[in-house]
Amino acid sequence: MSKERIQISEALYDIMPSDYQDLVKSATYGKEDRGWKDIGTSKELIEQHSLCAGCPESMAFRYILASLPNPEDTVMVGSTGCTSLVFPMVAVHNIHSLFGNQNAIASGLKRALSVRFPGRVKDVVVLAGDGATVDIGLDMTLQAWFRQEKFTTICFDNELYANTGGQESGLMQKGFVAKMAPVGKLFDKVRLPEIARESGCHYVVNCTVSKPSLVEKVIRNAVHIAREIGPTYLQLYTPCILEIGKNSMEGLQEMRDSEKPTERFAYKEYVSEPAKQLLAELAAKDKERKAAAKQLAAQAQAN
Amino acid sequence: MSDYRVLPGPEHFLPPAAASMGIRLPNPGEAHINGVIVSEEAAYEEAARQFLMAKVPTIFPGPLVLWAWNEKAAKKATAIRHLFNTLKECVQPGQKPMLIPMPDYRPKYPKINPEIEINPNHPNLTIWHNKIDCCVFIGVHCHQANLSLKIIRGGTSCYTIAMCAQAGHEDAMLSIRDTSVEKIMRLADTIKRLKGTVQPRQASA
Repeated sequence: MSKERIQISEALYDIMPSDYQDLVKSATYGKEDRGWKDIGTSKELIEQHSLCAGCPESMAFRYILASLPNPEDTVMVGSTGCTSLVFPMVAVHNIHSLFGNQNAIASGLKRALSVRFPGRVKDVVVLAGDGATVDIGLDMTLQAWFRQEKFTTICFDNELYANTGGQESGLMQKGFVAKMAPVGKLFDKVRLPEIARESGCHYVVNCTVSKPSLVEKVIRNAVHIAREIGPTYLQLYTPCILEIGKNSMEGLQEMRDSEKPTERFAYKEYVSEPAKQLLAELAAKDKERKAAAKQLAAQAQAN
Repeated sequence: MSDYRVLPGPEHFLPPAAASMGIRLPNPGEAHINGVIVSEEAAYEEAARQFLMAKVPTIFPGPLVLWAWNEKAAKKATAIRHLFNTLKECVQPGQKPMLIPMPDYRPKYPKINPEIEINPNHPNLTIWHNKIDCCVFIGVHCHQANLSLKIIRGGTSCYTIAMCAQAGHEDAMLSIRDTSVEKIMRLADTIKRLKGTVQPRQASA
């Protein structure tokens, strides 16, 4: 769908709630270099959300939606969890799958879109929590990667089942005691980024969402690589402040503390050789485009 | 023919789907009132009468007409605006016609603002808040219209009309099928013709 098709009927424009009018007037659909810096100057693709005050997941959502390179032609696939409370407020096509089968849904969707719109770029992005990605849906997650399905998988890792009160998840750190896991985790955090690399993902990143520019970069890379080459995986730390005993304003610091060089969310990136080549080509094209735009601006000023 | 009649509720929390009670959809050129197949002409008359009797007659345009997907959608939107303007001209003092959009079908959290929109997952909120006692759905995808119609019949006493672009809706109290710009204009004309001949109801929903 192009931005031109997202228009309100003139005869009924005045009765549309203002959030829809704003989406049509000032959202960044179709903008080539959209990114997190558009936040505050344009209509975001997320309306009010129902997450807890100060939840880092809401920050992650805002940065991701601001950074998707092609939101008007993107379909997101979600799963059960806190994220499923946000998707109804998101102005990007999305599907809520059954708990855990998000990567299976996305596989079929991506293939169907390729058949239905052969000449168009249609991106599919899975966004699910650690329970859906690593525990309940691990089979579907891995099988999609083995098959080299061309879509991005994003895992919001909060290291437990937050939505249901704090049960142990595979991505919980060893020894952690949660409200509904009083014995403490007995085994190590599942090393999904490494499993992703070995399963055929071409771009894998493990990081927090404390830095918007970093989130923007990894999202763009992941979507572009998935579009052209094969599966990509992002594991983003979005701590549940309630379940780890923090206050609303402490989420950002928690992420900063967890991304220090020796910590479990220190920035780690894996890029396959074909993906490196693609990123280099995209960077060269981007440079060319920016230089041309600069030249054009200079010419316009001279005239 | 089934003895079941699709009447204003509140029927109960989960009313049966009218189709499961033996109500069938009208054939082309027909309509239904309360589940009984009638001529289209009779349906226009009854719809106009219900609108002119209601304290808060309301039009709910859906995404198929609110968004200008194509020229036809934009033309239907213009016809709906004409229908609303006609309704405003034809009602008596004390009646309050409304035009409330259903922009999309997302189950919005924590809840919608019932003053300015209606959502198929809890349409009763908008009906209750605005004391709507007669409404028409136009341009709503069939599944979402059925959902809304059933919830409204279950929990409110609102009279529901469905102007469907396809085969009509059993779950509405009155349904006209194959709705086009001409059919919307025809309803507006019928309202105009019956102006002053119908007394508004005393009590509201």
